[in-house]
Amino acid sequence: MKKIILLNIFYFSFCTVAVKSAEKGGMPQLDPEFWVSQIFWLTITFGTLFLVLSKFILPRISKNLEQRRLQILENIETAEKQREQSEKNLKEFDEIILKSKNKAKEVMLAAREKVDSEITKKKMKLDEDLNSEIQNVEKEIIELKLSSPKKINSIASNITNEVIKRLIGTDVNESSVSALVEEELKKLSRSTNGI
Amino acid sequence: MAANPMYQFNVYRIGPEIKIGEIDLSFTNASLFMVISSLAILIIFNLGAQKKNIIPDKIQLLSELSYTFVSKMISDTAGSKAKPYFSFIFSLFMFVLFCNMFGMIPYSFTVTSHIIVTFVLAAFIFIGVTIIGFIKHGFGYLKLFVPSGVPAVLLPLIVVIEIISYLSRPISLSVRLFANMMAGHTMMKVFGGFVVSLGIVGGWLPLSFSVALTGLEILVAFLQAYVFAILTCIYLNDALNLHH
Repeated sequence: MKKIILLNIFYFSFCTVAVKSAEKGGMPQLDPEFWVSQIFWLTITFGTLFLVLSKFILPRISKNLEQRRLQILENIETAEKQREQSEKNLKEFDEIILKSKNKAKEVMLAAREKVDSEITKKKMKLDEDLNSEIQNVEKEIIELKLSSPKKINSIASNITNEVIKRLIGTDVNESSVSALVEEELKKLSRSTNGI
Repeated sequence: MAANPMYQFNVYRIGPEIKIGEIDLSFTNASLFMVISSLAILIIFNLGAQKKNIIPDKIQLLSELSYTFVSKMISDTAGSKAKPYFSFIFSLFMFVLFCNMFGMIPYSFTVTSHIIVTFVLAAFIFIGVTIIGFIKHGFGYLKLFVPSGVPAVLLPLIVVIEIISYLSRPISLSVRLFANMMAGHTMMKVFGGFVVSLGIVGGWLPLSFSVALTGLEILVAFLQAYVFAILTCIYLNDALNLHH
């Protein structure tokens, strides 16, 4: 109930105000009272706006934009240059690496050859030394071999002489003793050879 | 609050009465909003122009995007010959845009909803464009009214139509902006009035409609400023590059 009354009051007031203002006459836009004033202030405000914008603000904005464009172009250029430089550097680097690799290979080969040759040289020398040593030793052995029977003979005959002297107490003819010993030795060597 | 939807367009004096002779040049609410719009434009773009970062911040980006937007609009419609008129069209676009946008604030005043304001702007553009056309082409500018490739029989009729359409340019330009602004604001006011009269029971429907209308009106405010500027560019194009 209350709401409806309120609504009615609102509606009524709305209608009366609308009617009153409608009586005053339609569009305020067509009332020429302030036309001149509006034209005057429009000219002043728009004129000031235009002057300040065109003289001070817009040139600065366009300068900023131009500067940015130039800066970007410059940056792109330098970036391009640096890219080229780095590519060049990379190539150089590769070349250097290749060269040094080759050099290292050469050095290694040379070193190996040197070492190899030295090793062979030393080996040969060693072999020679060994050979000569062996030959010397062999000679000595052969000499010893050759001289040993005589010595053994003399020693044996001496010993036999001594033994006989002790046993019998008289000297025996040395030549007969040595002949005997020789004969015995020959028998011994024959038997050892026969084995 | 006055319920008359036309009440918002009333112009009234603010401060003392200024009279030169019989002419009333008093400072009004319309003048106030012209000053506010101009100052807002100057402050925003001055702030944007003062910064010189390579990577722009928000306010700088705003002014630079507006700059490129208007400059692209001009070069697209009127070509490179229109470069000298850039600052004028930029100021025009921004002035109309800011006046429209400030008009969207409740209880504010919409400068562009007054036919006299839009008509003065349009008349200035019309006269300026005509003068530029005659300076650039002499009397050859009159060829604008004689389209090529029209049969000779139809020519008198076409020329008359062309002249009428040319002369009606300032009227169409000004009435378009004024009518759009006035109609939108009146409609919003009417729906606002419905909200009050229907009260808490039935007021929700016009209220929601009013909210939707506000969005639409903001779009219209931008669009009408854009149309105003682009039509100026097109007229300028006619004057600079005479071909039909």
